[in-house]
Amino acid sequence: MANIPAHLRYTKDHEWIELQSDGTAVVGITEYAQEALGDLVFIELPKTGAGLSVGDEFAVVESVKAASEVYAPISGKVTEVNEDLSDNPAAINESPYDDGWMIKMTVADKKEIETGTMSADEYAGYLDKLN
Amino acid sequence: MRYLPQTAADRAAMLADIGVKTADDLYKDVPAGMLLTKPVNLPSHQGEYTVERTISALAAQNLHADGAPFFLGAGCYNHHIPSTVDYIIQRSEFLTAYTPYQPEIAQGTLMYLFEFQSYICNLTGMDVANASMYDGATSVAEAVLMAKRVTKRDNVTVVDGLHPQYLDVLKAYLTHSEGTITIGDKADDTTACVVVQTPNFYGEVVDLKPLRALCDKTGALLVVAINEIVSLGMLPAPKEADIVAGEAQSIGVPMSFGGPHLGFFACKEGYIRQMPGRLCGETLDADGKRGYVLTLSTREQHIRREKATSNICTNQGLCALAFTVHLSLLGEEGFKQLARLNHEAACDLADALAKVPGVKVLNKTFFNEFTVELPKNSADVVEALADIGIIGGLALDGNKLLVTATELTTPEHIAAFTAALKEVL
Amino acid sequence: MESAKVHHMTPEQPAFMAKVPNNKALMLDEKLLFEQSTKGRMGVDLPALKGTKSRTGLAERAKVGLPEVSEPQVVRHFVRLSQKNYSIDGGLFPLGSCTMKHNPRLNEKMARLPGFARIHPMQPDSTVQGALALMHDLSHWLTTLTGLPGITLTPAAGTHGELTGMMVIRKAHEAAGKPRKIVLVPDSAHGTNPATAVTCGYTTYPIPTNEKGHVDMAAFTKAVDELGEDIAAFMLTNPSTCGLFEPDIKNIADKLHSIGAWFYCDGANFNAIVGKVRPGDLGVDVMQFNLHKTFSTPHGGGGPGCGPVVVSQKLIPYLPVPRVEKKGNTYSVVTKDATSIGRIKGFNGQFGMMVRALTYMLSHGADGLQKVAEDAVINANYILAHLKDTYHVPFKSTCMHECLLTDKRQKETGVTTMDIAKSLIEHGYHPMTVYFPLVVQGAMLIEPTETETKETLDEFIATMKKIAWDAANGNADALHANPVSAPARRLDEVRAARQPVLRWQTA
Repeated sequence: MANIPAHLRYTKDHEWIELQSDGTAVVGITEYAQEALGDLVFIELPKTGAGLSVGDEFAVVESVKAASEVYAPISGKVTEVNEDLSDNPAAINESPYDDGWMIKMTVADKKEIETGTMSADEYAGYLDKLN
Repeated sequence: MRYLPQTAADRAAMLADIGVKTADDLYKDVPAGMLLTKPVNLPSHQGEYTVERTISALAAQNLHADGAPFFLGAGCYNHHIPSTVDYIIQRSEFLTAYTPYQPEIAQGTLMYLFEFQSYICNLTGMDVANASMYDGATSVAEAVLMAKRVTKRDNVTVVDGLHPQYLDVLKAYLTHSEGTITIGDKADDTTACVVVQTPNFYGEVVDLKPLRALCDKTGALLVVAINEIVSLGMLPAPKEADIVAGEAQSIGVPMSFGGPHLGFFACKEGYIRQMPGRLCGETLDADGKRGYVLTLSTREQHIRREKATSNICTNQGLCALAFTVHLSLLGEEGFKQLARLNHEAACDLADALAKVPGVKVLNKTFFNEFTVELPKNSADVVEALADIGIIGGLALDGNKLLVTATELTTPEHIAAFTAALKEVL
Repeated sequence: MESAKVHHMTPEQPAFMAKVPNNKALMLDEKLLFEQSTKGRMGVDLPALKGTKSRTGLAERAKVGLPEVSEPQVVRHFVRLSQKNYSIDGGLFPLGSCTMKHNPRLNEKMARLPGFARIHPMQPDSTVQGALALMHDLSHWLTTLTGLPGITLTPAAGTHGELTGMMVIRKAHEAAGKPRKIVLVPDSAHGTNPATAVTCGYTTYPIPTNEKGHVDMAAFTKAVDELGEDIAAFMLTNPSTCGLFEPDIKNIADKLHSIGAWFYCDGANFNAIVGKVRPGDLGVDVMQFNLHKTFSTPHGGGGPGCGPVVVSQKLIPYLPVPRVEKKGNTYSVVTKDATSIGRIKGFNGQFGMMVRALTYMLSHGADGLQKVAEDAVINANYILAHLKDTYHVPFKSTCMHECLLTDKRQKETGVTTMDIAKSLIEHGYHPMTVYFPLVVQGAMLIEPTETETKETLDEFIATMKKIAWDAANGNADALHANPVSAPARRLDEVRAARQPVLRWQTA
């Protein structure tokens, strides 16, 4: 059973998002996603300052046999990217919810989180249906 | 039929196991009336010596480089190939292997591809090279496409002197993308790359420093095209370039009426993930032994599909082997000596032609080919020379003629050429 | 760390032990030539230089960075490397969609005749009439076999032919007014198809595969009805990547033509139907060949290939240059043509491959080529008939020249398609194509070709059954570890991709 932390929100494309106390959000991919992809070998990240709308492709994660786009779960502007991933893409495999975070971004509209993403329980149910 | 082992009895037994009566029953999904009931209207099968006779008769109609003084180059060169090269590339294990997708049983192919990539890097002064492209023309076109991806700009500057066929292929490849192709030496902040060939199509050696400065100023990439790779034994490595792309047929690969030849592609390290084609890399196996695999394949069509960096799949593997064997035989000193021999033969040819009345050597500099001005239409002269058994170079516009010498050019060839020229001019 | 422990238990190793190569009988360890280099060795003898003053205008290069070795070292090096390779000459190579058939040596001999190998592509036409005649003859064979009247021989490989074919299609649409926008591609297609469509400036629209492994006609019809004249073409592989002939192919062609779209057929699997079915009769407009598949030119460890393209009458004006033309008894090369897409490769294409392919065709003849297709199809069905009770068959039907199995029945033992493939290596075979087509989970695509004997197929079938038996009888771990006897064990591809080492460099 995949690890699905209760305090995060999730998308159908297997991104997670965490709303922080300062009003910004952190985004990464879920444990289910990293397991499906296998050992990651390369992460392509956006530039700080890039503007994103819901559903925009903002990163690419590559394993040996597959490449997969990562989509913005909400709209906003990229405020920070996890540069460590360039040298250590394995961080996403080893720690998808902590060291493997991908970007921090502003939240243009909080409602997008409430309406456009799933709770941990809903995501767990979604994964059950997929399998 | 000698290539088909199945006997009538085999076929009958196999069809019985499959559970059908005839082979045609297996074509049940072919629309009605579309299955041919008798062979198409072409000759029937023939034994080996009959076929050999037919094909050999066609070969015999051609005037080949061993049968004539030969001064034609222009992107395809008449060099000697050591016997070892053909012996190695005809070994079954190289000739009849597939692309090394199963590395445990393809280390032979992978190891020579690794050596090939290393050789190309050292020759060009670049950081990474791929495992070959179709030919020089398509390699240069792919270099420009890559420059457009890297810079996210559309326009292309081509310095005059790029092989005209390379330019034609570039135009065809860029038909469906934005931007313009301008001939000249200007660039600005919309220029994706500046493409320059050295030695250029007319044989002139190009100083790359001013073009490097232009690219530094505008942010364009410098693409250096090379179609006589032997020149790199004498000319400095084109380190000014961001991408070096071209043709390596001269080492190990016969002219073969234009193909198969050997495209190469090398660039600076930062662009690895934008490169087209296959890459071979070093790793370890489950026992911790050094081994090689195709790597970074997420760039390629079988994974990225519509987002691939190029649609290239099969490349020129066996030609890359021929190159690697030949260059290994030459080695550091042999390669430089070969380049020098080519240059000396070209100098001798230039001196001899300059003495023919009415002939003028136009080049200020050259490696192993150069352009001369004749007193007559050069196309007519080439035809007249061919009639007396001399392949006299490539007719350019008007009275210009592009001529080439290699290590195979002898003083006797040069004497025959100048004597014939005096006759036909 | 391990070895430190061992040292502790045994006497200290004498120094010479480190020099003992890691050889096992015929499996010989081999270093890179860079690691064998000794200054002063050379593998060629070249004439002395005269010392002519340089006219290059630039300083002469001092160092290139090549190894220095003698001829016998070079020969031994490459012979040892060759011994680490599997080849069709050495054994069965049932790689689906790759048509690894016997490569006759006569082809090689013919391509090496000086009259072919030692001629230059820009010689006057009058001096290369035989070469041009050969290209003309080959064109005649290929157009006759397909029932499509137009041809270009210049594309360098199958995918290059695809690119050429799609450029021709786009040019034809442009000539008719607008290029259109969309190319339909089945979800089972080879990755080169979508890559090619995008290169030509199109977006792709996927057509699903139905439960029988065929094009989902309802989805196809809906796409055509909805997208209409935005559709430029449909790129379909027939026989398909599932090893099946598309039963609705004629309807597909008619439907496409009704909206003015072109029908592109990927000819990668032509070996199943050569001499039996002419794609032109089915309504196909464009098809590329892979001469290294159907017509036996060697694959060479990854090329060179050759990918001629045949087209229907209306597309002929847009074919690339150069083209060979015959007037009376004289052949000439056409290099300029206002309506053409232009030039897509230097010179005349992969001519050496054309010599080999025509040699092969003359050897087989029209009658033999028909037998090629039949035997290829019989061989694949024979394997299918004998393995269908051992491995899961996703599409219940006889097949064309390749059969599709999966690892579904082995799943619960933990043995996967990858393990089966690597176990075939252990048993002396090259694996089948694995995990392709992508639409079938754990796919194993097996193409034996027509040049294998029934006995060879029987042995292969027995081996496949043994692997399944091992999986079912508690030997899964052994299968996971395979291969153990090959020149290399499973290689760490993650390491290769995370820290790319793509060239030799001194430590």
